[in-house]
Amino acid sequence: MRLLLGSLFALVVAAVVGLGATYLALTRGAAFGPLTIGSWTAWPKTGTADADPYARASIARIGRLPTALGDGVAFTAAADDNGRPLDGRCDVVLAGVTPAARFWTLTLYNADGELVANSIKRSGFTSQEIVRHADGSFEIVATPRANPGNWLPTGGVVRYVLLLRLYDTAVGVSTKAGREVPMPTVNVRSCP
Amino acid sequence: MIRWLLLALGGALLGGIVHLATIIILPRTATQDAYARLSRSVPVNTVAALPEPTAESAPMPFMDPAFASAVCRYDLSQGPLKLSVPVSLAYTSVSFYTRYDVAYYAINDRAAGRRVIELDLMTVEQHSQMPEDEEVTAADRLIVESPTLTGLIAIRALAPEPGLMPMAQSAIANARCVRADEPKPSR
Repeated sequence: MRLLLGSLFALVVAAVVGLGATYLALTRGAAFGPLTIGSWTAWPKTGTADADPYARASIARIGRLPTALGDGVAFTAAADDNGRPLDGRCDVVLAGVTPAARFWTLTLYNADGELVANSIKRSGFTSQEIVRHADGSFEIVATPRANPGNWLPTGGVVRYVLLLRLYDTAVGVSTKAGREVPMPTVNVRSCP
Repeated sequence: MIRWLLLALGGALLGGIVHLATIIILPRTATQDAYARLSRSVPVNTVAALPEPTAESAPMPFMDPAFASAVCRYDLSQGPLKLSVPVSLAYTSVSFYTRYDVAYYAINDRAAGRRVIELDLMTVEQHSQMPEDEEVTAADRLIVESPTLTGLIAIRALAPEPGLMPMAQSAIANARCVRADEPKPSR
């Protein structure tokens, strides 16, 4: 009886620890070799045949096709520069420049990776659409209210993520965070 | 007390194995991965245009809405495939994914350096079985080796502004992926 109870206990611990760790790893999107610049994180290796098992599992669970490294690199931001999760009811300002790339696109998704409905049917910008300052830097405002300039409507969703995809770029597996790879800052301007 | 602690430790170690095993097995058992989602709606060995992602529906999550996209779900068991993708004005890319959605190769219009991206897709075995002299005449064609028999080719063209989406879509619409031994369908 004691043996049975003991092994049952050990098995329950094993299931909780094992499945719990798997759940945590997949919901946090953990994978090896992240490239973090400010609030932006990319996993360049996930877009190659060398993708690690964590990256493969998270791709399969989400059901997306990763951006292949020969195509580009996708940077994700789920929080601002102070670490607060992005809130669609706030005014969030993205300012600065991007690393060198032929094109880039910025897209706003909800936490499930779906586009967010809004009145002007805009879910992001491409590098050609953006209005820039004289020095080439830009400012994008993500807010639920109409805004002059580069307005990215959030539709008022509570949580969202931003994906900045660089296409045909030298940023890749061997890139180190530094001056060559400037990413826009993400700051909350005001929150109702 | 010590007995229970030891049992908990043993359970935790076993849990580590469970964790690694589930992570490794998961891609093979996933029923909602991109390949499984697309295999319901997309025929084999032809190019199928994907609908634009909207807030209401999207073929898969995290699609880039600035792109017109099409996929060719391939099956190389009958022989190699030939792929040709006309280049659109802005940016065109072709990415290759295995059955388990791992990107193993990608090429864009600039790397291809021509107005049409032309590729031969085959398995490693089919490549090694190719006659030597044929390979010489086909030297100007790019050969891509697929690690799996089945997989996905994602063909994407950028619309730099929303108004240019029809142009990107029409470029994609002329992409072809056909069996290498079949004559090209005239259209």
